[in-house]
Amino acid sequence: MAKEPILQVEGISKKFGGVQAVCDISFTLNRGEVMGIIGPNGAGKTTLVNLLTGFVETDTGTIRFKGKNINGKSPDKIANLGLVRTFQVMRPYHSLPAYKNLIVPLNSPRIKRISGGNFGDIDAVAIDILEEIGFERDARVPYKTAGSLPLGYLKRLELARCIALQPEVILCDEIFSGMSMSEIASMIPLLEKLKMRGITIMMVEHRLRELFKLADRVMVINFGQKIAEGIPDEVMARKDVKEAYMGVEKK
Amino acid sequence: MPKEEKRKKRIDRSITVRSRGLYALTSWREMTFLAAPRVLLVIALLLLPLTVDLYWQRVLCAAGIYALLALGFDFLAEYVGLVCLGGALFIGIGGYISGSLNAYLHWQPWASIPVATLGGAIISTLILLPCLRLRGIYFAIISFMFPLFCVSIIIATGILGSTEGISGLDTFSSVRMEQYVIFGAVLITLFFLRRLVSEDFGLILRGIKDNDQAVRASGINITAYKIKAVFIASLLGCFAGAYLGHLYGWLGLSLFAMDFSILPIAATVMGGMGTLAGPVIGAFLLTPLSEALRGFGQLRVVLYCVVLLGFILYKPEGLLNYLDRKYHQFERWENV
Amino acid sequence: MQILIYGTVNSMIYALIAVGFTLVYGVSRIPNFAHGAIYVLVGFLCWSFINEWHMNYALAILLALGMAAILGMLIYRFILIRLRGMPTSEIIASFAVSLILLEGLRLQGIAGFKGFIGPFYTLPPFFDGKVNFLGVFIDYQRLIILVAGALIIGLIYLLTRYTKSGLSLRAIAQDEQAAMMLGVNSDRAAMISLSVGSALAGLAAVLILPLGNLAVEQGYKVLVHALAVCIIGGLGSWAGTLWASFLIGFSVILSTSLFGAVWESVVLVGTIILILLFKPSGLFGKQKELEERV
Repeated sequence: MAKEPILQVEGISKKFGGVQAVCDISFTLNRGEVMGIIGPNGAGKTTLVNLLTGFVETDTGTIRFKGKNINGKSPDKIANLGLVRTFQVMRPYHSLPAYKNLIVPLNSPRIKRISGGNFGDIDAVAIDILEEIGFERDARVPYKTAGSLPLGYLKRLELARCIALQPEVILCDEIFSGMSMSEIASMIPLLEKLKMRGITIMMVEHRLRELFKLADRVMVINFGQKIAEGIPDEVMARKDVKEAYMGVEKK
Repeated sequence: MPKEEKRKKRIDRSITVRSRGLYALTSWREMTFLAAPRVLLVIALLLLPLTVDLYWQRVLCAAGIYALLALGFDFLAEYVGLVCLGGALFIGIGGYISGSLNAYLHWQPWASIPVATLGGAIISTLILLPCLRLRGIYFAIISFMFPLFCVSIIIATGILGSTEGISGLDTFSSVRMEQYVIFGAVLITLFFLRRLVSEDFGLILRGIKDNDQAVRASGINITAYKIKAVFIASLLGCFAGAYLGHLYGWLGLSLFAMDFSILPIAATVMGGMGTLAGPVIGAFLLTPLSEALRGFGQLRVVLYCVVLLGFILYKPEGLLNYLDRKYHQFERWENV
Repeated sequence: MQILIYGTVNSMIYALIAVGFTLVYGVSRIPNFAHGAIYVLVGFLCWSFINEWHMNYALAILLALGMAAILGMLIYRFILIRLRGMPTSEIIASFAVSLILLEGLRLQGIAGFKGFIGPFYTLPPFFDGKVNFLGVFIDYQRLIILVAGALIIGLIYLLTRYTKSGLSLRAIAQDEQAAMMLGVNSDRAAMISLSVGSALAGLAAVLILPLGNLAVEQGYKVLVHALAVCIIGGLGSWAGTLWASFLIGFSVILSTSLFGAVWESVVLVGTIILILLFKPSGLFGKQKELEERV
């Protein structure tokens, strides 16, 4: 399988006031793979996502997406290029039906470009996307108000928001958090389906066991620095990774 | 022994339930129930000028102007999240452009008003443009400051009639025409905005107000949408200003008065933020009231603000939402 | 030389006016539109105390300042506290309060209250007379403004860095949720900040009003100046407020000596527009990058 780099990150750093949140991180993400980003709390993972998607500007380093430099571009431009992200804390529109939440991404310049301006019924497209992602059409779930949906569905809705943009890379920020084991178990096939479609996925996660079912590679971040990268089994066997999670035993 | 507690329970009226869904079309009663409030508003607006005398007709015209401003304010505040504290800016710019075109270039009102509306909107949007990239608070502050700046600049440079203003403008051909022009504008705007907020455009604006980061992450350039929204609101205000100049045949620095900024806000809060029709009703209630209190001078502004605070603290839903609730539901106390 | 001295005085005037607003905004993120209203209110209170109750000047000042602080606290406690978390409502309510106070001062004939209309009111300066300072004649009042302004700003700096309550105010300004988790009561902090901010507005009033006359229009003017300084310096940034005051203070003095006094507004507008175009968060604006960009 040919490796085609889709996201190349070199030496990015970010300092907030006195805190070095991210320090000199470099890695390459290849098209079609699933990469996990793991590390203890406060390691800088969410900051990394913010840096990659344009919500925060880097102090140093470059980020190349599909060969183009995206450093300093605004989040909406980056999303329009095909690099999207989920949010850990979601706020859907409570009083509106679930499918209306997808109207926003479906109105983006990217979709307008891809569909060539001939879109047909935008509501039907939204409902189709929701159905594909697991909202049972017969049970009228897509029409339910977003505020009444349980968490599992809300997480899927957030993922649907990304899918609606027909992305090439999805960055998931702790998408498994707060979900039960069975909910995650039903989410994994969905992510596998996306991977089969050729979408590259990068997942920041704490739930390691579930993550390793999906991830081809993982990267470990601690104190804003990359300390390891590779196949899950190898990485987790490393001493410094274990220490990062468990701490060092005091003699 | 547990205390008996009472709880207010709200239940939809039976007619509300029956009018939901397609079957309402088969019944006159249900259709009337649905249509009555809307039709009532339109009819009232159209018939009102015929029922009052000349003096109050003028007042109704002023109410129409405030209604347009209130619509603009409500639209920006509830649907985009931008609080515009300076409606007077639009009135002033629209009024001065139209008045200047009329006085210096001798354009007729039917030409100067549209040009002032469009041109004024462009200028206002350009002025407010730099702060649209920033947090909403900047917009509030800038919109507050600019009417005051315009006044100082006009006084400082002495242009456009300075403190005396421009007089001798052409007025409308008849009193009836005055009224129906403004009322027509209010009704058209009301329907147009209602449609707009239900369309995708309105949905995106509400998304921007609610959670702008998610909207950006969905690939939408929020600044572009904010600009369009401000442009729409300024069209309303500039039209109202241009109309005002030709209503009285005179314009001056009073176009930038705080009155134009505060009364629409009070009307909106009182009428019900977000309902669009509520601010119109609020304007038509407050303007005659303020006229009746003309003898008290500046008390009026204090009054609007007290009313505004009262509503915002104790009945934030506003009149229209309250009436709507009463219309569609009934309440009773129930033991828990 | 004259420009240097008067420029510094003018800058200090702007700084004094803006400091109260910055404090309130920095801590509670509420724009205190009533800032200008409280400024003139204190002025009028002083005037009434001196002229109608024949109080001692110093006593009048203290009393007026105390009342301003209490007023600020009441505004927060009874109005703003109910609207916390709803930014549109906060802004509207703050604006409404400001107009009630400002326009209320113009009322006539309510329970015998004679409104304050007309430019006939003045507050006497603390000491009469001029002094020759480095070759420039400067009156005592302006000198006092310089000294008092520097003292006040220095005091605020020290208080917020070295006292417990000061530090908690700064903590809230930086990160409200974290501060709350550490036990800082955000409502109390906001109330204190509004109270202190109002007192600062009053302090600025008693120092500056003797330079000119006292009228309700000053309330709007002062509010506009405070807002301008904060925008140019960056909302919520102390350093920004100071630098912006100096920038504006000197620009205005330069332009008025070159072009005439009426161009003050033009300078203000121009600077604001320039800043918004090129450095929108202000000279020293702190960007809360994650929540709202810029």
